[in-house]
Amino acid sequence: MVALIPQRQQADYEPTIRRGNKLFPYLLLLPGLAWLGVFFITPLFSLLSTSLMKWAGSTPDDGFLPAFEISNYTESFTLYSEQYLRSFVFAGLATIFALLIAYPLAYFIAFKSGKFKNLLLVLVVAPFFASFLIRTYAWRTILADDGAINTFVAGLGLLPDDRILATPIAVVAGLTYNFLPFMTLPLYAALDRLDPRLIEASKDLYANPIQGLLRVTFPLSLPGVVAGTLLTFIPAAGDYINAQLLGGPRDKMIGNVIQSQFITIRDYPTAAALSFVLLLSILILVTIYVRRAGTEELL
Amino acid sequence: MSSPVRPALSSRATLWIREHLVVFYGIAALMYLFAPIAVVTIFSFNKPEGRANSTWNEFSLEAWLNICKDPTICSAVEVSIQIALIATIGGTILGSLIAFALVRHRFLGRSSTNLLIFLPMATPEVVLGASLLALFLNLGLVLGPTTVIIAHIMFCISFVVVTVKARLQGMDPRLEEAAQDLYANERSTFRYVTLPLALPGIAAAALLSFSLSFDDYIITNFNSGTTVTFPMYVWGAAQRGIPPQVNVIGTILFFGSLAIVLVSQLVGKARQKR
Repeated sequence: MVALIPQRQQADYEPTIRRGNKLFPYLLLLPGLAWLGVFFITPLFSLLSTSLMKWAGSTPDDGFLPAFEISNYTESFTLYSEQYLRSFVFAGLATIFALLIAYPLAYFIAFKSGKFKNLLLVLVVAPFFASFLIRTYAWRTILADDGAINTFVAGLGLLPDDRILATPIAVVAGLTYNFLPFMTLPLYAALDRLDPRLIEASKDLYANPIQGLLRVTFPLSLPGVVAGTLLTFIPAAGDYINAQLLGGPRDKMIGNVIQSQFITIRDYPTAAALSFVLLLSILILVTIYVRRAGTEELL
Repeated sequence: MSSPVRPALSSRATLWIREHLVVFYGIAALMYLFAPIAVVTIFSFNKPEGRANSTWNEFSLEAWLNICKDPTICSAVEVSIQIALIATIGGTILGSLIAFALVRHRFLGRSSTNLLIFLPMATPEVVLGASLLALFLNLGLVLGPTTVIIAHIMFCISFVVVTVKARLQGMDPRLEEAAQDLYANERSTFRYVTLPLALPGIAAAALLSFSLSFDDYIITNFNSGTTVTFPMYVWGAAQRGIPPQVNVIGTILFFGSLAIVLVSQLVGKARQKR
């Protein structure tokens, strides 16, 4: 149905196809794709082969031998299922909160900001020019036990431990904040492309504003919603900075486990198996999600 | 009985609130976005009592006047700038070439190229970092600035392709056709029409690459060996308490990049008016 609605932007004007050398586009692609092939695709195979290796001795210094140790995978599931689950729950919650915050914000910029549109877009992205770590660290100060926010919320008796810092709340808040522009920008792009006459038409047909939002604006912005939620969920699920800086010892995510297994403990096979399982589970979740969102869009 | 005026008044008030609700919301959201920046800036003027710079003690310009008090901070910034410059140049060239091929040419394997560009962005950073580390370990490479640069160019490429592609797709192809109608050959069409029009997109991609590379912690942490970039320094310092000099650098980064973006927007607007 969506495809039948005339879009405001003109149909893609097909540029004349360059004649001349047929190999030319491949020459343009070669250096970049070769780089990605060697330093993105091959590493994934290295990761796979490492994840199946076994210990040669009793310490990591003895090295690892090529093998087919499926037990690395079964162990990573049984030992760290809690951290996997927590990563997906935290990332899912952060994605929902980011959507709730970003949607009205993107709506405001796309429809209500007038001549300040470009300035507002810059302002939305600007905080993310200050380093990721420094920003996250600043949230430690904002949410500190003796800070205004913590005193206020704890005063309402809403917090089980009377504190925000070093709890899952702080981790989810940090994830929500840090990945917000990845949600806002695709939403804005989708809403900005939307023809305002469609919303007016829904008003003419006696839709109230809520019906208009739910049945016209939101469905038409769905591509932005899908892009934004993916761009937020994927990095959030693999993040360990927020859990490390804002969470307590019981809030560790799978990223924390992977980095400590790789860098501190140096148990490469286990760490590689953990990373591979993370990658596969994200790919599966994303595929299911895109399929479902895709079919809903067609309805 | 209520007078007929009162409900009218209150409904006018609710109408006003409803009309402006989204504006209030926008302001609140911006305050939320800027809260950490305000904290970073304010605490750059603090003279912390102990090691941790998280409770306000006393106004001081010391950190601003003495940024390199701990020389490791400044050498870390220097390392980060060097790495980011090389990664930006490499990533921007490789990515722009791909973007040109994707937008201006039809060839076999276009959709698989698009997929290969998308995949690194859909892979969590821990997995990118870990898999590169697995490769470097299997090859027996020594970790250091080179491995960090290799990794940074890898993740910059996709972002450059997406940014430059958007610019090229927004360009009117008829301009290039007009140049060719006026007997410009392919090379001079590219040199005098396509490239100048694409340049803002390429510049934006370069800026994005620089800030992605400068700011990266997760992937760098896997592949840096003993090299200390600025984010690596901040991470190490966070365990003991971040000195106010880090806030100074954070503040400079923020206002510096904000200025660059605003100035470039103003220049763009002035050009459009001409």
